[in-house]
Amino acid sequence: MKRMKKIKTIAELKQIIEEQELSRKNEPMKVITVSSGTCGQARGSLKVIDALKRAIKAEGLEEKVKLRITGCHGFCEAEPNIIIYPDGIFYQKLTPADAQTIIKETILEGKIIEKLLYKDQQTGKRAVKEDEIPFYKKQKRIVLGDNVLLDPTSLQDYFSIGGFRSLIKTLTELTPDEIIQTIKKSGLRGRGGAGFPTGVKWEATRRSPGDIKYVICNGDEGDPGAYMDRSVLEGNPYRVLEGMIIGALAIGAKDGYVYVRDEYPLAVRHVTLAIDQLYKAGLLGKNILGTGLTFDLHIAKGAGAFVCGEETALIASIEGRVGEPRQRPPFPSVKGLWGKPTSINNVETWANIPLIIKHGADWLASIGTKGSKGTKIFSLVGKINNTGLVEVPMGITLKEIIYDIGGGIPEGKEFKAVQTGGPSGGCLPASLLNLPIDYESLTGAGSIMGSGGMIVMDEKTCMVDVARYFLNFLRDESCGKCISCREGTQRMWEIVKDISEGKGKKGDLELLEELAIATKEASMCGLGQTAANPILSTLRYFRDEFEAHIYEKRCPAGVCKKLIRYVVIAEKCTGCQSCKKACPSGAIQGTLKDVHLIDQTKCIKCGACLEACQFEAIEAQREVAILVE
Amino acid sequence: MSANQTLNLDKIQEIIERHSRNKSKLIAILQDIQAVYHYLPADALKTASRLLKIPLIDVISVATFYRAFSLNPRGRHVATVCLGTACHVRGAPKILEEFERQLQIKKGETSEDGEWSLESVACLGCCAIGPVVVVDGDYHAHTTIRKVPNILKKYRK
Amino acid sequence: MITMKMNGLEVKAEEGWTVLETAKFYGLEIPTLCHHEGLTPYGACRLCLVEIGEGAKVKLVSSCTYPAEEGLVVHTDTKRVIQARRMMIELMLSVAPYSKTIQDLASKFGVTRMRFKIRNEECILCGLCVRMCAEQMDGKAIGFQNRGYQRKISTPFDIRSEECRLCGACMYICPAIQLRCQGPQAETAICNACLTMDPTCLDYYDELQCWMYDAGRCGTCVREKK
Repeated sequence: MKRMKKIKTIAELKQIIEEQELSRKNEPMKVITVSSGTCGQARGSLKVIDALKRAIKAEGLEEKVKLRITGCHGFCEAEPNIIIYPDGIFYQKLTPADAQTIIKETILEGKIIEKLLYKDQQTGKRAVKEDEIPFYKKQKRIVLGDNVLLDPTSLQDYFSIGGFRSLIKTLTELTPDEIIQTIKKSGLRGRGGAGFPTGVKWEATRRSPGDIKYVICNGDEGDPGAYMDRSVLEGNPYRVLEGMIIGALAIGAKDGYVYVRDEYPLAVRHVTLAIDQLYKAGLLGKNILGTGLTFDLHIAKGAGAFVCGEETALIASIEGRVGEPRQRPPFPSVKGLWGKPTSINNVETWANIPLIIKHGADWLASIGTKGSKGTKIFSLVGKINNTGLVEVPMGITLKEIIYDIGGGIPEGKEFKAVQTGGPSGGCLPASLLNLPIDYESLTGAGSIMGSGGMIVMDEKTCMVDVARYFLNFLRDESCGKCISCREGTQRMWEIVKDISEGKGKKGDLELLEELAIATKEASMCGLGQTAANPILSTLRYFRDEFEAHIYEKRCPAGVCKKLIRYVVIAEKCTGCQSCKKACPSGAIQGTLKDVHLIDQTKCIKCGACLEACQFEAIEAQREVAILVE
Repeated sequence: MSANQTLNLDKIQEIIERHSRNKSKLIAILQDIQAVYHYLPADALKTASRLLKIPLIDVISVATFYRAFSLNPRGRHVATVCLGTACHVRGAPKILEEFERQLQIKKGETSEDGEWSLESVACLGCCAIGPVVVVDGDYHAHTTIRKVPNILKKYRK
Repeated sequence: MITMKMNGLEVKAEEGWTVLETAKFYGLEIPTLCHHEGLTPYGACRLCLVEIGEGAKVKLVSSCTYPAEEGLVVHTDTKRVIQARRMMIELMLSVAPYSKTIQDLASKFGVTRMRFKIRNEECILCGLCVRMCAEQMDGKAIGFQNRGYQRKISTPFDIRSEECRLCGACMYICPAIQLRCQGPQAETAICNACLTMDPTCLDYYDELQCWMYDAGRCGTCVREKK
């Protein structure tokens, strides 16, 4: 990595950007891009990178082949994956052993290795290039797309894709008010979940009296199942930071914070490094590019509190206090960090800013629906074939995301529900698959857009269990101040837990609804106010499942431990003994090649046998003897 | 790392000086202290309270509010099971139960011999490779009940 | 001066007043528990909820923390407010059934059943003791620890605190332990007995000598009707 020298003027920056863009055009014949974010690394991308390096060296191709290690590409299911430019050949699920073959056959001989290509689950068809893969077809990767192009630890790489041209534009062509008007006109709404118009927030902050103002990047992505922000911070921190500098200019802030979750060590590292590099390059600090503009950026780490995603709790956390939200008004745009006007925006929101400046407000406004402009990144996870990060234009339907992009449900199971918005959102059933994704339609259906988590569930997911899961999460993450939230989530959890254990009784559902409404109405902050959504939405669309648990003591999905028993299906059992070996409590009897039997008195319902069986010979059936205390 | 390790008050002071004795940096200071001792010893909290001039009860409020902090000594090895929604839907609770059975401790506890601590986290952001388990900083993808004993074996020497 | 509308009346508030302070000034009764004039408002008990706004934008906020705003429309006793209040009292009762203060609130607002498992923890985490110790007594001996359902109030490390001067202010201000219910069925939750009993002062006087204006419903002086 070349040493960065301080850039003293705008003209100098322009020149450097042009130089880097040119050097990118003149890159070696072949560039191998390896996806290596946190997940990629967990799947072994580092070993693959090492193997590729060795193979390149062994063939003496260091000058002809460039290896670019990037952040998340987004197609997590395919990782470790590489893309070979300029052809755009996409190889997936690589092991270190494949490295040599790739260098020899594809790089040197120009041959495509069939078995490494993406294979469509349903059609069996192979795709050679990235844009042939169905996963990418309906996406519009304006934010995430650049992850593929740059090494997130290289500022030069960011210059080479035109990075910081937007900053130059704002410094030379736009006044602060014009910047704000542009953002307002684009229709950009906060991507953190609430969907508040970004331009309006900036304007309010700018208009607030006082010289000291702050901008904050909310990287406290606490929704379980959502990792879009992690991917952007890991894979393209410079874009977020460029957005913040532009925002600071527009609002009149001289100080800013990037608040990142403690659970994202790689993101913290990359952002810290990026900030450091920008200081060295003179793009942060005093007198940026000789314009007299001052902007200092600090990084603040979270410490494991979901509630710190709430604006006032986040501010409290940066101030070194407990993450307890406070009453709004006054809003942070009037009285925020240390009592000064502050604009807090989500990572994805900040990442959109340089793009809007570059392409213009109308460009973003041309994507999406009337009320929800632009794209949104979703993390498509759970019971889905193509798990990964998808960036789609607002207005696309759930069906398109889950089936066309996601490839449908694995193992031939039925779609049951999709959960959006995290613990503040709700579960949407199959009847709503044609729902277009936008802020209003999701809220109307009983869920919310949220930060973008999209968890797909199939017939083997129990909705009572899902409600119980979210209530458990909320009762633990609640700051505990308001009795409506603290006790409300606790009592709701108690009732749903009893229902899932066969102790439900008549009147429970009505009490749950009453309690849910009280929690929603009486709580002070967003956490409490949306805590009821998981239970209210599951009751709205899956009431029959709750009733089965209460009145029949039956769990239709076969999940709730106290209501099921594991049974061997005699006709399918081959007597392979896998289940017996897996059983931790010695509850399975049977000799080789004989039908096995599960002793219900010893069975602890751990599920290890079902996991071990290769022949689908073990089933979770209805527990016939329910002990009701 | 164990409860018997003597606290080096100079080290605590150094950490606090590094943050310019800034009260608002309390969380970062506690994170740095925990990075050294793997938990927050009572004396470290008292020292932080004294040097930063923050009432001890306020330091403790912060130390107990945030899940990243542990006021009890942790084991030599820490196994963290992700209980995020995506991992939950893929069977994470059963993985946690297997860890509890194998290590003979419940979530949040440390084994008597000080070797293992078992913890959970709400979401690591690695949902595509769930169920995820992190042991001593190493991420293990697609964990199954049967993989658990092998994972533990790697760290048990 | 800030002009607002409260229960249809036009009211004027000083700068910096909360909705609760404004209501009190005009004699509009809003129940509170965690609020105390000498301490900073906290907003934990949610009893002082009022409805603000109009049309689709109506929502409930705690009047003790909500600032008086120009043009604000406030309603103190709508159906939504009363239903929410009742649930808050019901939740508090299930945690601290022996508290006379909460029993009285239950009687006053018509909470006649408790549908949750009784926990008998006494502390409803209103925070009065914490704020009393910190703000009035300059002690900072106790505080909130943990969060969510595990939240509690204690001294550092749950041992005798060096900062505690044994002033007793925390016990004085606590609504849960301060007065125990004196009624004949104090052991069972929500006896509502006060409603069906006679104030003792009527043995000696022709009219109620009660200062509570609750017509003898506080229960301290009552006994069963003969």
